[in-house]
Amino acid sequence: MTDRTIADGGASAPMVLAEHVSKSFGSNEVLKDISLEVRRGEVLCLVGPSGSGKSTFLRCINHLERVSSGRLSVDGRLVGYREVGDRLHEMHPKDIAKQRRDIGMVFQRFNLFPHMTAVENVMEAPVQVKGVSRAQAKARALELLARVGLADRADYYPAHLSGGQQQRVAIARALAMDPKLMLFDEPTSALDPELVGEVLDVMKGLAKDGMTMIVVTHEMGFAREVADTLVFMDGGVVVESGDPREVLANPRHERTKAFLSKVL
Amino acid sequence: MSDSSAGRAGAPAPAGGASAAHPTKIVRLRHPWRIVVAVLLLVLVAAFVLDAAQREAFDWPSVGKYVFDQRISQAAGYTLLLTALSMIIGVVLGVVLAVMRQSPNPVLKSIAWVYLWVFRGTPVYVQLVFWGLLSTIYQSIDLGVPFMEPWISIPTEAALSVFWLAVIGLALNESAYMAEIVRAGLLSVDAGQHEAATALGMGWSKTMRRVILPQAMRVIIPPTGNEVISMLKTTSLVSAIPFTLELYMRSRDISVEIFNPVPLLIVASLWYLAITSVLMVGQYFLEKRFARGVGARPDAAPGAVTGVVSVPDANAPDAEAAIGTKHGGDAR
Repeated sequence: MTDRTIADGGASAPMVLAEHVSKSFGSNEVLKDISLEVRRGEVLCLVGPSGSGKSTFLRCINHLERVSSGRLSVDGRLVGYREVGDRLHEMHPKDIAKQRRDIGMVFQRFNLFPHMTAVENVMEAPVQVKGVSRAQAKARALELLARVGLADRADYYPAHLSGGQQQRVAIARALAMDPKLMLFDEPTSALDPELVGEVLDVMKGLAKDGMTMIVVTHEMGFAREVADTLVFMDGGVVVESGDPREVLANPRHERTKAFLSKVL
Repeated sequence: MSDSSAGRAGAPAPAGGASAAHPTKIVRLRHPWRIVVAVLLLVLVAAFVLDAAQREAFDWPSVGKYVFDQRISQAAGYTLLLTALSMIIGVVLGVVLAVMRQSPNPVLKSIAWVYLWVFRGTPVYVQLVFWGLLSTIYQSIDLGVPFMEPWISIPTEAALSVFWLAVIGLALNESAYMAEIVRAGLLSVDAGQHEAATALGMGWSKTMRRVILPQAMRVIIPPTGNEVISMLKTTSLVSAIPFTLELYMRSRDISVEIFNPVPLLIVASLWYLAITSVLMVGQYFLEKRFARGVGARPDAAPGAVTGVVSVPDANAPDAEAAIGTKHGGDAR
């Protein structure tokens, strides 16, 4: 999908821009000087062994984790900080929450709200955060559930849905906030093999519709087919990145080769 | 022949389609000793009841006379009011304390810790006596700047009646226990829930109110039900204040009038039992309400059978086992 045209004004500002981002937990440095760029409408797949820092990087983007140094901005705005002169001021939690509205996130373990039905899960944020009327939110939620193929499961509680169905509800829930950017944190890793396909299909549909997506995944087939860029991380650094078919077919680095030989 | 031998050996149905062709007869395991013990107990209970009915010390006519006495029903009302008010304040304060203990702010954390230490570490009876002496220790409640003439000064006795002292005494003690119950509930909710709500742009208080607390309720309610029932009975200690209009003290007063303590004790017990029973029914419905979406309830899901037959089937034995152990626990 390299020929896909980049949506509105893409040249002006990238959707995500990371410049020399580092992150430590105590003395353990999990991200070391990461710099990368995600254009509007781009699908970027982050791959790498566990512990390579790819999930942490994803969580930094919507400020679930605070970066230790470097600059990270989404849609031209710094995440979690306000720049005044040459200083960065920490933002108030309320303002950070406002920034997060535009970034959808899908978790490995779904994290649906178990005390709400599928449709209530999808309605929750628009009603509570954006103040959309319940009727309006419900109509939109049903539309989104239909889009992920779950129109007939709207009134089911998560406990009565399969893993694949739960993850599709979770995607609908994130879409309900009309995000500019979607983050996927190993969305298929907790699924039975035969349920992976249905979730990937929904994600392919999103990519086709031009959604900017960053996907942490172990599904190399998905990366090859859908991603515009593949980034391989190991030990908290970006080892190599580029066109997925190119990287998967001819990895340049030893570490990439070693990793791919295990997963392919 | 083959049928009966298979049945006796208790072997699983013979392989192949044989069992489908002519169904095996199943003989249920019998429990003769259960019946023996039950009958024995029934005989003992009957003997006790017959004896009690004739024993004069129980004075059943007086029990019948006073059980609906207006003084008693009014006292039961006071007992209920004390329970309700002190529980409401206790729960609210308990939630605040639990959140304080969870907070990253060390000042709030320490305050909550010291509060719990004091109120859980001293007997509630002693605390109630202290509250009763409040107006002796502090003659007036002053508002103003220390070491200067107070702006407002109210005599303590006028500001706080013995009833409210009882409520305060019970509520503050209760809040220390409720704080730990609420904290356990908050901790029981998966951290992913907080993250999911945060990622959707919900603030901390909305996340608590809409996502975390409703799920924590499932863990909070059963021990809170326990606390309510315990509180109902603890109200009998407020004579330490002394507040004497509640059920126990009222029945003691009457028993002094009729020179027989036993019938009024029975009357009081009957009222306590009746109120407890009503509260237990309330707890049942509350628990049902907050169990929404939890566990496999295959028959409750509308049309769950279509398309996902395997899911309820796979869960059914688990669900049964869970219910089984639950009943076992209740029986004990």
